[in-house]
Amino acid sequence: MSDWSMIDTWIVLTGMVIAMSCALVGNFLVIRRMSLMGDAISHAVLPGLAVAFLLSGDRHPLPMFAGAVAAGLLTAFLTEWIRTNGRMEADAAMGVIFTTLFAIGLLLIVRAADSVDLDPGCVLYGAIELSPLDTVPVGPWEWPRAFAIGLVVLAINVVVIGLFYKELVLSSFDPEAAAALGFKPRRIYYLLMALVAVTAVASFESVGSILVIAMLIVPGVCGTLLARRLPGVLAASAVVAMLSAIGGHVMAIGIPPIFGFVDTSTSGSMAVAAGILFVGVFLVAPENGVLARWAHQRSLRDRIRCEDVLGALYRWHEEHGEKGPVVRWPELAARIGLGPTQARRIRRLLRRNGLIGYVADDAVHLTGEGKRQAAIVIRDHRLWEVYLHHQVQLPADHVHATSEALEHLTSDGMRRRLERDATGASVDPHGKVIP
Amino acid sequence: MPDRRNDMMVEFPWDDLRRLTGLADYNTRVVLLGSLLLGLVSGAVGSFMVLRKRAMISDVVSHAALPGIVAAFMVLTVLGGDGKSWLALLTGALISGLLGMAAVHAITTHARVKQDAALGVVLSVFFGAGVVLLGFTQRMKSGSSAGLESFIYGKTASMLASDAWLLAGSALAATVICLAFFKEFRLVCFDAEFARAQGWPVRRVDALLTGLVVVVTVIGLQAVGLILMIALLITPAVTARFWTDRLGSMVIIASGLGALACVTGAALSALYPRVPAGSVIVLSCSTLFLIGLLFGRRRGLVPEAWRRIRLAARTERHHVLRAVYEQWEQRGVQGFHAHAGTGSVLVSAGDLAAVRRWSEARLQRVLREAAADGDVELDAWPLVRLTSRGMSHARQLVRNHRLWEWYLIQHAEVDPHHVDRDADEIEHVLGAAMVRELEATLPGRLSGAELPSSPHPLTDTEEAGWRKGPA
Amino acid sequence: MTGMPAVSRHEHSPAHPLAIHDMTVAYHRKPVLWDVDFDIPEGNLVGIIGPNGAGKSTLIKAVLDLMPKASGEVMIYGRPYREQSQRVAYVPQRESVDWDFPVSALDVVTMGRYGRIGWCRPVSRLHREAARSALDQVGMADYAERQIRQLSGGQQQRVFLARALAQEADLYFMDEPFAGVDAATEKVIVALLRRLREDGKTVLVVHHDLQTVADYFDWVIMLNMRVVAVGPTGSVFTRDNLHKTYGGRLTLLDEAAEAVARSPQ
Repeated sequence: MSDWSMIDTWIVLTGMVIAMSCALVGNFLVIRRMSLMGDAISHAVLPGLAVAFLLSGDRHPLPMFAGAVAAGLLTAFLTEWIRTNGRMEADAAMGVIFTTLFAIGLLLIVRAADSVDLDPGCVLYGAIELSPLDTVPVGPWEWPRAFAIGLVVLAINVVVIGLFYKELVLSSFDPEAAAALGFKPRRIYYLLMALVAVTAVASFESVGSILVIAMLIVPGVCGTLLARRLPGVLAASAVVAMLSAIGGHVMAIGIPPIFGFVDTSTSGSMAVAAGILFVGVFLVAPENGVLARWAHQRSLRDRIRCEDVLGALYRWHEEHGEKGPVVRWPELAARIGLGPTQARRIRRLLRRNGLIGYVADDAVHLTGEGKRQAAIVIRDHRLWEVYLHHQVQLPADHVHATSEALEHLTSDGMRRRLERDATGASVDPHGKVIP
Repeated sequence: MPDRRNDMMVEFPWDDLRRLTGLADYNTRVVLLGSLLLGLVSGAVGSFMVLRKRAMISDVVSHAALPGIVAAFMVLTVLGGDGKSWLALLTGALISGLLGMAAVHAITTHARVKQDAALGVVLSVFFGAGVVLLGFTQRMKSGSSAGLESFIYGKTASMLASDAWLLAGSALAATVICLAFFKEFRLVCFDAEFARAQGWPVRRVDALLTGLVVVVTVIGLQAVGLILMIALLITPAVTARFWTDRLGSMVIIASGLGALACVTGAALSALYPRVPAGSVIVLSCSTLFLIGLLFGRRRGLVPEAWRRIRLAARTERHHVLRAVYEQWEQRGVQGFHAHAGTGSVLVSAGDLAAVRRWSEARLQRVLREAAADGDVELDAWPLVRLTSRGMSHARQLVRNHRLWEWYLIQHAEVDPHHVDRDADEIEHVLGAAMVRELEATLPGRLSGAELPSSPHPLTDTEEAGWRKGPA
Repeated sequence: MTGMPAVSRHEHSPAHPLAIHDMTVAYHRKPVLWDVDFDIPEGNLVGIIGPNGAGKSTLIKAVLDLMPKASGEVMIYGRPYREQSQRVAYVPQRESVDWDFPVSALDVVTMGRYGRIGWCRPVSRLHREAARSALDQVGMADYAERQIRQLSGGQQQRVFLARALAQEADLYFMDEPFAGVDAATEKVIVALLRRLREDGKTVLVVHHDLQTVADYFDWVIMLNMRVVAVGPTGSVFTRDNLHKTYGGRLTLLDEAAEAVARSPQ
């Protein structure tokens, strides 16, 4: 870490442009539920790449791009063709096609290993570490070739997605509506596949197919967990892609020394970094994260318990009058079914909000505010009983349990409609007064 | 492959072929046996996997196996072993493959992530982790990691007899499980909901199937390589479907195709240098797939096209026969060159051609086919003679056509001027049961062979209406 | 304000083929069927009717443990379904399976016997004969060896019925067996239902055609997110109940269901 150099900066920059261009197109694969098509195409561009190499004899980008786009489109087209003509599932069709193309590519590369400087290992996990050594002049600067190509592809992706944004969105979301509006969803589909292929091949040389697959899919999935609307999803996925590139390289040169190694594969580390980010998002995403949902559920559950306590106290007072016998907290908690730790938390919550008062010997009573809120809960409960009995026509002896659940879930809008449906009713089906 | 940098044109390896075909070499024998069993079991397991519509779990499992393999190698090396114990490596692969499937399950149940995305995330991240670990091993001081990469691309020839025995044993065990649970797999793959309602533990059956896929993928890694192992599970299974409509024969055919591809691949890569076994195995599978797609008895494109052509030809012949009959019916006997004594009828080819604007060549071709069937005779060309067999055949066709026309008019409220074409499509496929049903729906209750009249004019002058046709 | 509920309450008897007590069914935690509570006496043909989305299939699936019950319990001949699954036959909707699957009509019917055959045992000739006779009962004996894709919609439905028959169960659940079938098949199904009733079996059928309800069924369950009415067709299948069943959704209940779906587990 201490000897971070310009080379490392270039590696990270290269990783970033490639990761972002992958993430951008990958988003559309994810929302179309075709994530594995990204995997398939990034494997299947291999023969196109190999043929282009064999024909042109060097790493000139144009034939390579042409070959890869051809192979990518061929994958998409053949998959679709054998799916309909062979009457099979889409993923099985994809499996047949991309393995065939990959096998052809592998065979070509291995057979022609003498005349072509393309190592199958390199195809898989690339050589991003070496990319800063191979530079091209760009104006007054010397940029790594991989970075320059990545930048071009990123620009292509941004421009194409910008131009066809609404077509892409509509045809991904609802192909039939898109077709009805004259958007030609099939053309959009093949356009997207071509973009995936271009992106895959631009990234191949430097970072290998594994990072391509990871960056096509993982940032997009993170994006859908982090944001609700597509622009937000795209932005979030771009950030995740950038962070994976930075984190990946830092990990690749930072962690191995701890175990006595020099370094490890940067592209592999970037994929792992993306995975770590995914786990992080999976856990702490603001709305869809596991923790957020857990916390939300917990607070809802607490509120329901509090309302149960208020309701129980209200009913006690109703039955025994204001001057009736005192209620002791442990008995009350046990009747509602609270465990000891839950009981302590609920009591704390209720007292903090000034809903219950506490006198000696664990005796509890409702405060003024407590009475007001308890009356709302009981009112909701009895309104639901009236509704369930008269509108839904459940028998009177069956409505209590359902109302018990619904009383906690009543929004203001629902309450107004309940009141309207129960006009005139002053008692619930059991003859209890509706407060 | 630095040690094999000889020239690209390879002499045909006669000696190697002799060695291979003679199975003289013990190691060759075992490797071929291992490949054969691998092909058999992946065909069988793959069939169920494809039918359960889970083709892509093999993709995930094979990618997810890499970190397990490398981690096992590292642990062994650190512990001072030779790091190449296949059993240990495959155990590592098995564990990380199963972990990958568990991760997919966890992601789809706990977050709003679709199945395909979860599969993609797991396969790429696990594979990335594998590559990272591989990066460690390549820079390790002790132990040589060379050969680990053969798991990615497959190298059957590097298999030792002991590995092959392990492979053979596992393949055999997996095959036995497949056979034992054939009935349960069939039930769950076809109708999981019914199976659950019947009290079958569908999840456990699914888990068993997934477990089999993991095991087969893992034992195939060395021979085929992890990326191409997917093909060995999917391709023979979908190919077999082109040849059969039965699950039992599908499993058998898929096994056979898988075995054929594996043995071919293993043999070719043993014979030639610089031919990766995985590629050849997969390309053999693909070739077999292409053959199936084109010529498969059940769903192949060529047999289907042939069936379509036959049907079209039969339809055309029916149309001509019907035209002959209707010409005769319409013009009455005097319009015909009645052939004294034989009772057969003649109609001029020119009149027939006018009915549907058939070209003369086309009409002649169809008539020759009808003649071959004995429905018409062409000895009086350009007059066509309807034989008595042809007469009853034609009458039947006309009857079906008109029954359907009347049905369309009365029950589907189709305009009488349009029913002719609609009925054209249907009359050829009416079964006896449907004809009976049609007869029952019509007023007047036709009995026996009674022929309804045409609901529309056969020519411009003919009057439409429901009347009894000529007997 | 409407009058008192039409649902009559009575003790749940263990002898009844089906007794549902206080059952609420939720789909993805959203209640779709509220507080179902009724018994079905033995030997009846029971029609389940109601508008789309009323919870007809849901009712069957919840009884068969294919969907989780949010609350309540179901008894089949006095015991939980898990213990009685062999006495219950289920005919799912025709669209629920892939008809391209490589099996013959006979293979499908034989699946009805798998429960009797047990784990890992092959299908014996005895069971194959039973399956063949079930196919014969629905007039499909000639089609036993056909691949199921080659059958017409009505024939496919008959194969499903034959599979249920092959189970030799006492209680049958059929999810829209009449949907999209030809007249011949409809006749076969009706005859079959009546024969099952003569044999003392109980059959619940999700049905759409209101015109034939009175003709086909002795009992009727009228559903719309809750049980509107259940009982003998003559007394329950009334204009008033039909109006309540088909007279629109209870939107407040819908909203409550959404709220429940969002509530903590």
